[in-house]
Amino acid sequence: MDAAIQIEKISKSYGSNHALQDVTFSVNSGEMFGLIGPDGAGKSSLYQILATLSTPDSGTASILGLDTVKDYKALRTKIGYMPDRFSLYPDLSVMENLEFFASLFGVTVKQNFDLIEPIFGQLSKFPKRRAGALSGGMKQKLALSCALIHRPEILLLDEPTTGVDAVSRSEFWDMLADLKKIGITILVSTSYMDEAARCERIAIIDSGRILRIGSEKELTASLGENLFNAVSSNMFALLSALRKLPDVENCYTFGATLHVVTSPDFNPDRAIAKLRDEGIDDVKIFPAKGDIEDLFIKLKNEQ
Amino acid sequence: MNNSVISVRNLTKRFGSFTAVDHISFDVSRGEIFGFLGANGAGKTTAMRMLCGLSQPSDGTGLVAGFDIAANPEMVKRNIGYMSQKFSLYEDLSVNDNLTLFATIYGMKNQEIKKRKAELYDFLEMTDIKNSLVRDIPIGWKQRLAFAAATIHNPKVVFLDEPTGGVDPITRRRFWELIYKVSSEGMTVFVTTHYLDEAEYCNRVSIMVDGRIKALDSPNELKLKYGVETMDAVFRKVAEGAQRSE
Amino acid sequence: MNNTLISLVKKEFLHIIRDRRTALITILMPLVLLLLFGYAISTEVNNINVMAVIDFHSDKSREILKKMEVNSYFTFIGLATVEELDDAMKRGDADAGLVMRQSDAQTEYQIIVDASNPNMAKTATAYLTGLIEPAGNSLVTTRTLYNPRLKSSYNFVPGIMGMIFILVCAIMTSVSIVSEKESGTMNLLLVSPIRPAMIIIGKLVPYFVLSCIILAAMLGLSYGLLDIPLNASVFNVILLSMLYIVLALSIGLLVSSIVSTQLAALIVSAMIFMIPIIFFSGMLFPIDNMPQVLQWLSSIIPARWYISALKKLMIQQLPVSYIVHEVTILGFMTLLILVIAIKKFKTR
Repeated sequence: MDAAIQIEKISKSYGSNHALQDVTFSVNSGEMFGLIGPDGAGKSSLYQILATLSTPDSGTASILGLDTVKDYKALRTKIGYMPDRFSLYPDLSVMENLEFFASLFGVTVKQNFDLIEPIFGQLSKFPKRRAGALSGGMKQKLALSCALIHRPEILLLDEPTTGVDAVSRSEFWDMLADLKKIGITILVSTSYMDEAARCERIAIIDSGRILRIGSEKELTASLGENLFNAVSSNMFALLSALRKLPDVENCYTFGATLHVVTSPDFNPDRAIAKLRDEGIDDVKIFPAKGDIEDLFIKLKNEQ
Repeated sequence: MNNSVISVRNLTKRFGSFTAVDHISFDVSRGEIFGFLGANGAGKTTAMRMLCGLSQPSDGTGLVAGFDIAANPEMVKRNIGYMSQKFSLYEDLSVNDNLTLFATIYGMKNQEIKKRKAELYDFLEMTDIKNSLVRDIPIGWKQRLAFAAATIHNPKVVFLDEPTGGVDPITRRRFWELIYKVSSEGMTVFVTTHYLDEAEYCNRVSIMVDGRIKALDSPNELKLKYGVETMDAVFRKVAEGAQRSE
Repeated sequence: MNNTLISLVKKEFLHIIRDRRTALITILMPLVLLLLFGYAISTEVNNINVMAVIDFHSDKSREILKKMEVNSYFTFIGLATVEELDDAMKRGDADAGLVMRQSDAQTEYQIIVDASNPNMAKTATAYLTGLIEPAGNSLVTTRTLYNPRLKSSYNFVPGIMGMIFILVCAIMTSVSIVSEKESGTMNLLLVSPIRPAMIIIGKLVPYFVLSCIILAAMLGLSYGLLDIPLNASVFNVILLSMLYIVLALSIGLLVSSIVSTQLAALIVSAMIFMIPIIFFSGMLFPIDNMPQVLQWLSSIIPARWYISALKKLMIQQLPVSYIVHEVTILGFMTLLILVIAIKKFKTR
């Protein structure tokens, strides 16, 4: 079996809060795997367990065949962990941070600089700047550099792109893709559902449970069947009107359009005619391709 | 006639030799949903702080809710609402106590508070949970409550700083429906977000790059102008040339 | 592994240096406190304004007057009549008066003091009696041991040292550890392969060094400026203080493993450790005068034992054999707290 990370029926509670319930999935060696879900879904709790910082109440997790509870010491050199918030020393400079984390793992920056060079890129222009004075995107690059400096085989990235603008986010994903190419296994979590497309496989997590596992394509393949786009000049009025139509099961905003989930009997032309009667006369309805957000909304509504 | 709730001319903020906000000018009219986008470090936060009366401009003028942000920041603060991503609520107080507290902070009278709370509970469909402790309610409700707290004093304009970060898709959409609702009743909404699909919901969107406003128009016009399909693509095109990313 | 320790220590020193204000306060505050208690807030009595009423002159009276004039504790205002003395005392110009009368070939002395300040009154009486006695045929001879000039700064030096090290070591160590918990960097340290013991040592060494610098400065000040007699026991004072510093560091470590915010660390360190030190360490109030229950309570305060031992070494200048009791207790406390703290230090 070629699983780099194997998670087996893990549950974890903090008091009455069931952070993780019976979580099972595995990440293949060299895979880019996304853990996607909103804040409070249990992502960070799972990361804490995988990073050997906490132990599950029940179930087991192993990374590279090493148990996260029993073999935690051996495991710590093999994983690179980037926590869900900026966790470097703000009063130390860029270089001081990097050197410090290198020394923790008994390596030197020089030794492994080739690995982080593409990420470190712009940062090398101001090695003496305090980490606290960096922008969000730069902090994130420094944090990734620090997590990589000991050449880990597995990268555990907990919401690395939270609070980062769209351009920096997509740059960050490009860097991850490059790291994957050189064989590093990456488990990355995010609350941005559109980032699912950048992963080979994803697990959708909500309220401590895994709802679905698979590639974005597999997961969204069946969504397009009864899903339509709707647009008009007054979107808000359209939204309310569509929700009242009999064959419409759900309707919600989706970027520039509305997504309309319908029953199989739905007829777009009939709906347009009906909406015209209600005074919304510039409606266009056309088939939509569902994405992970649609899936999430669907799964939540089924619950 | 002047229908603008926010009116900014050449607003500038310098920190030493660094110009964080560089002569920006725009107007936001009553009831408008104004999306304020920009890359990290573009100067969004600094600009927003000035508009909220929290920071003195180095240059230029700004009128918010009818008051000058440089000369009268206290009156500006009194007439705006502000909600940040970190919902600033007291977790160990009930929903009702939180609202009362914020209303009192804005100097509202008891009778007025009662009336306004009843309105908000009805409007936000929160009546059932008004006596629950904030720490016990789900994140979607917290977000609504934070919004209620920011608008309890009926401000002319509410500033929302990444109000939907990390929130699940359903809650995020509900929140936007709420924004539509208040704007249709005449409240101006000034909102920042990293979700570019949300930019599509705004009446107009401005995109800041390197301290300046590089694009400002309705989402449709912007898409036409840049010849792309989505706001995400517009943002990428506009922000591409950014020099400073810190 | 040694390299790791070096970089942990280096990092910690960078934190200390980068936060210049805190570093400065940490080093200067002990010295300011010491000077304050040593000079300004002095409980000893100087400059007593004194008048003399003499209805005759003899060799003895001249001798006493002369002593009054040259004695640094007194400011001799001059000779006066009883009425003038009374007036001066009412106005507050004179603090004390000495009346000498001749009756039946015997010299009668009367000391009049302004007791609105009881401490001053007591001291003035004692000083004046001291002036008269050697001149008369008193049988009582007083010998002031250990602190012959009754300087109050002597008493305060051990007290302040007992307080400062708790302040610097316990508060700074706990705050620096907890701040890493708060910022999440502690998690990164823990997921690295370094042993938790190394993290602890990496935290303790810098603050131990910092404390030793403060110790040197305080001792320098005590022996140099405050005139505490320098002798062979300095070496023992340093060793004793180092033991106490380690104890204080362990307390800081323990606090950091109990609380989770910097603010809590500060409050716990201050409330649980500082305030009892002020009350129960014998610095301000003698422990022997306390009710039995409080005396017992005081014996669990580490500072009490440190201060007591320090007094014996610095002021009484007793040999080390006299502080075995205190050292044993301090050593035991250190071991106990250190063991609990390390056990409680969560590795995961």
